[in-house]
Amino acid sequence: MEIQNLTIKAIHQGLRNKDFSATELVESFLKRIEEENKEIFAYIFIDQEGALQQAKEIDQLIAQGRELPVLGGIPFAVKDNILVKDLPCTAGSKILENYIALYDATVIKKLKNQKAVLLGKTNLDEFAMGSSTEYSAFGPTRNPLDKERVAGGSSGGSAAAVSAGLAAFALGSDTGGSIRQPASFCGVVGLKPTYGAVSRFGLIAMASSLDQIGPITRTVQDARTVFNIIKGKDPLDSTSFWIEKSDSKFNIKELRAGIPKEFFVKGIDPRIEKLTTESIKRLENEGAKIQEISLPHCTDYALATYHIIMPSEASSNLARYDGIKYGLSVQESNDLKEVYSRSRQQGFGQEVRRRIMLGTFALSAGYYDAYYLRAQKVRTLIREDFRKAFEKVDVILTPTSPTLPFKIGEKTKDPLSMYLSDIFMTAVNLAGIPALSVPSGKVENLPVGIQIIGKPFEEEMILKVGEVVEKL
Amino acid sequence: MITKKEVQHIAKLARLNMTPREEERFAKELSSILKYIEKLKEIDTSKVEPTSHPFEIKNVMRKDIPRCSDIETVQKLLKAAPLREKTYIKVKAILKHSE
Repeated sequence: MEIQNLTIKAIHQGLRNKDFSATELVESFLKRIEEENKEIFAYIFIDQEGALQQAKEIDQLIAQGRELPVLGGIPFAVKDNILVKDLPCTAGSKILENYIALYDATVIKKLKNQKAVLLGKTNLDEFAMGSSTEYSAFGPTRNPLDKERVAGGSSGGSAAAVSAGLAAFALGSDTGGSIRQPASFCGVVGLKPTYGAVSRFGLIAMASSLDQIGPITRTVQDARTVFNIIKGKDPLDSTSFWIEKSDSKFNIKELRAGIPKEFFVKGIDPRIEKLTTESIKRLENEGAKIQEISLPHCTDYALATYHIIMPSEASSNLARYDGIKYGLSVQESNDLKEVYSRSRQQGFGQEVRRRIMLGTFALSAGYYDAYYLRAQKVRTLIREDFRKAFEKVDVILTPTSPTLPFKIGEKTKDPLSMYLSDIFMTAVNLAGIPALSVPSGKVENLPVGIQIIGKPFEEEMILKVGEVVEKL
Repeated sequence: MITKKEVQHIAKLARLNMTPREEERFAKELSSILKYIEKLKEIDTSKVEPTSHPFEIKNVMRKDIPRCSDIETVQKLLKAAPLREKTYIKVKAILKHSE
């Protein structure tokens, strides 16, 4: 197997056994990035110098016979809405094109402590708003498995990088499916942790009550390894939280899995439905107890709720981009107000402005009760749906995406059709619970992912189920 | 559903400059998204409490002690500002001069 396609564990072993040096490892990744990034455009920024410097330090460590941390020397990529000190951070937006981060996000600090090697920053839909990475101000990411198609989004660059062997693992962020959907489209594993399980300090905020950072990896075991390093309470993020659940023995024969009937109706590609049903059948053959459940508010209603709450929070979070403190600034203006409104006109792309407008509308006088407050109430019903379901089952299984990876340009003309690609995922963010997307097969050579949803802080349970799915 | 006039009002609130063509497009697009969102009116929410945060976590407090940044960080912060004078970030005049 090529060095760029090894799992984290295999690379760790290889480094310890001196099968290859950290420098050789990083050079081979950089070489493949050089060959393929032009076409795939997974990376916005490649830190060649920094990566080689870090690799050199790892090699010195190994030469001294020192203990190698589990992620020591592992080359990884970071979505470009997560701050890395002294490196550019664009969030895929013109408004931050020349912005240099002043500090490390907590997740980056944790990975630097592990001496993981950062290769670069990956492409995303502008401010993580989108489901295809086509809304990046710097151009779309192509799906490495079919370059005419999108890689998914908004963490499309991260998923494509892992899928194409341009990084051993990557970090993404997920507000309404942005880790799971691109992972599914690129045939890799993506974990959206419980809200609060991973610190958001240093993540450029989109919708603060929904955003979570998580890993995109080649295997479920790799996702576990990265998650266990980045999770935990952080004094710099007051919403971060972690409860260690007792590590009970997992037995597939005792697993109770729920299949929500509302998720297998109109709009889903029949081939995806068939493949998912077959995966569930195989789990049943392994001994899992499968039962039909109902999540009445968790598809259409959840997507509608999401498209009120998310833009409302985003419109408030994005108020800080005003052309005064940093970023793009249009000084050819008559007064201060015009500096704001012109900088924002030129700096923000279509989708971002659409969401700012929608959020400002939903929060404005006269509409607040009818839209925002109503959405917050339906959010309660969505949480209740899951709470009731989890009295009967341990995990919930659904397809990750209702469609196969679509063609570049197919959905950018109609914003609503783009929104619909997240229909199976937004309820999970609204409820704050964890979910994992694992490859479960292919339709016409295009990957299909299965979504495994779990109870709060029970990432280990969905990872265990994911490992079973992975082997079937 | 959303008129061009409403778009102008929201754009003003959101501090977004817009061309007349953009106003028209936004009116069309926002209307179609709002039509989808109207679905929520089918649900009886009269007896439901709103959720603003996925979990019931209380506010986290810490002692209010200032933490100073090093001079290098302060300089980098200032350098990021498009307009500055000495150690200040400069903006266009907010109040007009009266002669």
